[in-house]
Amino acid sequence: MTISLHAPLLPAEQDFFKNLRAGDRVLIQGTLYSARDAAHKKMFELLASGKSLPFDPQGAFIYYVGPSPAPEGAVIGSAGPTTSSRMDAYTPVLLDSGVKGLIGKGYRNQEVKDSLICNQALYFAATGGAGALLSKSILSAEVIAWPELGTEAVRKLTVRDFPVTVAIDLAGNCVYESGPAAWKKARSEF
Amino acid sequence: MRTILSSQITENISEMCISANYNIPADVICALKKARQSEEWPIAQSVLDDILKNDEMAANENLPACQDTGMALVFLAIGQDLHIQGDLTEAVQEGVRRGYRDGYLRKSVVSDPLERVNTNDNTPALIYTEIVPGDRLGITVAPKGFGCENMSRLAMLKPSQGEDGIRKFILETICLAGPNACPPLVVGVGIGGSFDKAAEISKRALLREIGSRNPNPFYAKLEEELLHEANESGIGPQGFGGRTTVLALHIETLPTHIAALPCAVNINCHAARHESREI
Repeated sequence: MTISLHAPLLPAEQDFFKNLRAGDRVLIQGTLYSARDAAHKKMFELLASGKSLPFDPQGAFIYYVGPSPAPEGAVIGSAGPTTSSRMDAYTPVLLDSGVKGLIGKGYRNQEVKDSLICNQALYFAATGGAGALLSKSILSAEVIAWPELGTEAVRKLTVRDFPVTVAIDLAGNCVYESGPAAWKKARSEF
Repeated sequence: MRTILSSQITENISEMCISANYNIPADVICALKKARQSEEWPIAQSVLDDILKNDEMAANENLPACQDTGMALVFLAIGQDLHIQGDLTEAVQEGVRRGYRDGYLRKSVVSDPLERVNTNDNTPALIYTEIVPGDRLGITVAPKGFGCENMSRLAMLKPSQGEDGIRKFILETICLAGPNACPPLVVGVGIGGSFDKAAEISKRALLREIGSRNPNPFYAKLEEELLHEANESGIGPQGFGGRTTVLALHIETLPTHIAALPCAVNINCHAARHESREI
């Protein structure tokens, strides 16, 4: 069964997060903000100097992506996730500001895991290297900050049925540990 | 002596940058399909299905299979009896510039590692040259994503660490790479030579046909055993668990110094892109 989730997360839907478990497949509907290395550094600096982010962080979902250029007639090029751990240093402060969803791929450090639980936020994984496929779930893309960063600019992305997997849930389970462990346990029965 | 114009090189490289980014090589697709057949784990099956669907869509719709269209690695095998009229290096860079512009490929190169300003045309490409007999020019273009490049490692092991030390270092590198490097992976290993040459042959090992074996039976066996052990890790496609962590593991070796046992492990993602031509 696939679960559908709206972004940004509304306060009334916060309880819904508690039901999600690492490994659950989820389809996201709504708005994601793209940001990767350079934009994270800038957002971190904005927050450190008491300024606002280029988008409302309340309930917001950030997608770690640097898309390829949109061919003529398309809204975006390939748009798969980049490695999340490079954003670790900048992440807790973003979660503290109200961000509720992170989408990327790969391991997170302990500070991020603690901050996710403390802020009741979720980390999702999208399929790395499936940028062509994922681009089909993006209905529109608009640069809203730092256009000079090119692919690293912050974009507002409207998505429909954007497929992700819960990577770290609110009980602290991480799919990168629970997945391989469950496979090892199950393989004797294959 | 045969003469070619540098403009021919530009044209070929431009086309190859585009084509390599849209078309995942047939041997990789074949390995992914085989892996899909042997996966019993539902989440691993669905990830492999997504990857295969993605790769088919990219090829059919002329889209980059991955948004990280890489730094362009360009391998040139230059025949010693070939004369290239014009500036070879500039011809390569112009080919990359045009290919990344015309193919709507991502510009992922910064001019300085600390200043980090994008060059906006994906140059410079990294160029690897070798002089070979004959009067032809062999060109391989390999767009290399850096999610996986970042998970690569090199160790200057002690000769006393021997085969066991090599095995341990390779498997440890694969486990550390885990989901960050977009498994199922292609793993290139370079053993011997020097600090830099071990790294170079580990990169060249990524260009071998998937599943081909080192001609030396000892290393062929080591490749098979390490591939098996890596897939026992259970990391699986995207790290969600499963049988398929590594699609292929290729070892290349070089003679080395009496004091040395360099070992480089270059990690490639499942979008293991490269295309070759001879002109």
